[in-house]
Amino acid sequence: MCKAFGKHEVLKGVDLDIERGKVNVILGGSGAGKSVLVKHFMLLLRADKGGVWVDGTNVFELGPKELTGFRRKFGMVFQFAALFDSLTVEDNCAFPLREHTSKSQSEIADIVADRLEALGLAGTQKKFPGELSGGMRKRVGLARALVLQPEILIYDEPTTGLDPIATLNVDEMIMSTAERFKVTSVVISHYMASVFRIAQRVSMLRDGLIVACGSPDDFLHSSDEYVHTFVSTAGVTGGASPRQEEEETRPR
Amino acid sequence: MAGSDSQGAPEELSLRQAIMEGVRQAFAPATGMLETVGGHVLLGLKAFAWLPRRPFRAGTYVEAMEYIGFGSLPIVLLVGLFTGMVTALQSVHVFRIFGFDHIVGGTTGVSIAAELGPVLTSLMLAGRVGAGIATELGTMRISEQIDALESMAVDPIQYLVLPRIVAGALMTPILVLLFFIIGMGGAYLVAVTQMGGDEGQFILNFKLMVDFVEVTKGLIKGCIFGFTVALIGCYYGYNASGGGRGVGIATTKAVVTSSVSVLVLDYFVTEVLLVIFPVGH
Ligand SMILES: Nc1ncnc2c1ncn2[C@@H]1O[C@H](COP(=O)(O)OP(=O)(O)OP(=O)(O)O)[C@@H](O)[C@H]1O
Ligand SMILES: [Mg+2]
Repeated sequence: MCKAFGKHEVLKGVDLDIERGKVNVILGGSGAGKSVLVKHFMLLLRADKGGVWVDGTNVFELGPKELTGFRRKFGMVFQFAALFDSLTVEDNCAFPLREHTSKSQSEIADIVADRLEALGLAGTQKKFPGELSGGMRKRVGLARALVLQPEILIYDEPTTGLDPIATLNVDEMIMSTAERFKVTSVVISHYMASVFRIAQRVSMLRDGLIVACGSPDDFLHSSDEYVHTFVSTAGVTGGASPRQEEEETRPR
Repeated sequence: MAGSDSQGAPEELSLRQAIMEGVRQAFAPATGMLETVGGHVLLGLKAFAWLPRRPFRAGTYVEAMEYIGFGSLPIVLLVGLFTGMVTALQSVHVFRIFGFDHIVGGTTGVSIAAELGPVLTSLMLAGRVGAGIATELGTMRISEQIDALESMAVDPIQYLVLPRIVAGALMTPILVLLFFIIGMGGAYLVAVTQMGGDEGQFILNFKLMVDFVEVTKGLIKGCIFGFTVALIGCYYGYNASGGGRGVGIATTKAVVTSSVSVLVLDYFVTEVLLVIFPVGH
């Protein structure tokens, strides 16, 4: 898949498989085109060349009517939350439910309160996005993406700008949703500790190409210098996952 | 041989490229304008394609109508009042020279009903509603709120654009009518109360010259201009890019383009209306 904005080629032939029911993490430097890449998955952007296949159908060949149904399978957490700033937190989270289900107002209010509570946002229902901090907004965006229980969830840097405890909380949420509802997750992340906590598959985007792809272990022991430098910061941030620590200590 | 060939070919190519580039640049304003006009038409068509389709979302229409109609009321009434007053003031002074000042009720009525009412109302709307819509949609675009709508399987053209252009087309004629009514009130105040003109003559000439057709012309113009202003605001907002500065540019373009469009369209619509409703029918 290729995508250019004017003369600026962002994606130069990306070839990436996302595994169903797993947590797929996409890594890459700032400006590598990760956000641009995931926006193609649900046709928020149209590629110049190539396609995106979901369950055997090419997304770019969908008609407008099929597209609506298709997009309902997705949930997306935007990098900058993208909350509707004319609506309250509650209305933001209720928006997909009001659009796509026939639930009563009180049922919707219950679901929303439940999701907000799980993300540590209880009591913010009546506030407007402008009154929240960046991290809170991000979690509201997460709640909004989760209310419809989509099959495929795309998280664009869900934990950037969150404190370590909130990060842990969100990571756990990503993992538990993945397990409980058998959703396919695509996570963009910079925070190595959390990557190795949640990832089942990791891909690295660089210069508009996928340069590496594999299990988190493959990544840790990668011979590619760029990947190695990128990943080795995990040690620096000091939050390597229990899973990976076990594996590393056992042979010694 | 080979050397001269390989030298000649790229030069020829670059010459041709240079010519093409020159031609392209010479026509750039024209093609750019065609592209913009085409973009507006396309956006309008896409929006109206959604009109008969579910879900209808009555709430979005009510909100847009309230913003465009109710929100513009104070400014339209104020401008209407003073337009009527100043038109009457000028007319009385000029017509008095020829002893014609009794017809002021009629002349003011005609000019406000068919011309000043729709044009000034729409210019006010270009500043208020055109700018407001462009800023709102532009902000939604750059903060990815429009992407978020799409990601939740809601069509942003149906959700954001359609209610605004429908509200523009429906609310502006009402504002034009109110402009006309309060403008005539202002004219009466100046011509009769202040300048001591004859009340009976004022009303008689008003009834003689201003008929249903003149008012209808104004309402038709209001409908067309209101639609245009809202569509242009939506177009520039919806296609905004490049951060806060991009939104600023979108807003400026929306205001300038919609003001100019109203004045240019006014001429052509007047021509057409004169064919449909000939003077002296
Ligand atoms: N709408 C757009 N128009 C023009 N260029 C764009 C647009 N969106 C993205 N780009 C360009 O595409 C490149 C990749 O952007 P992208 O947002 O995907 O980066 P990223 O990998 O998500 O970075 P980060 O980690 O900082 O979020 C950037 O160089 C950016 O300038
Ligand atoms: Mg990004």
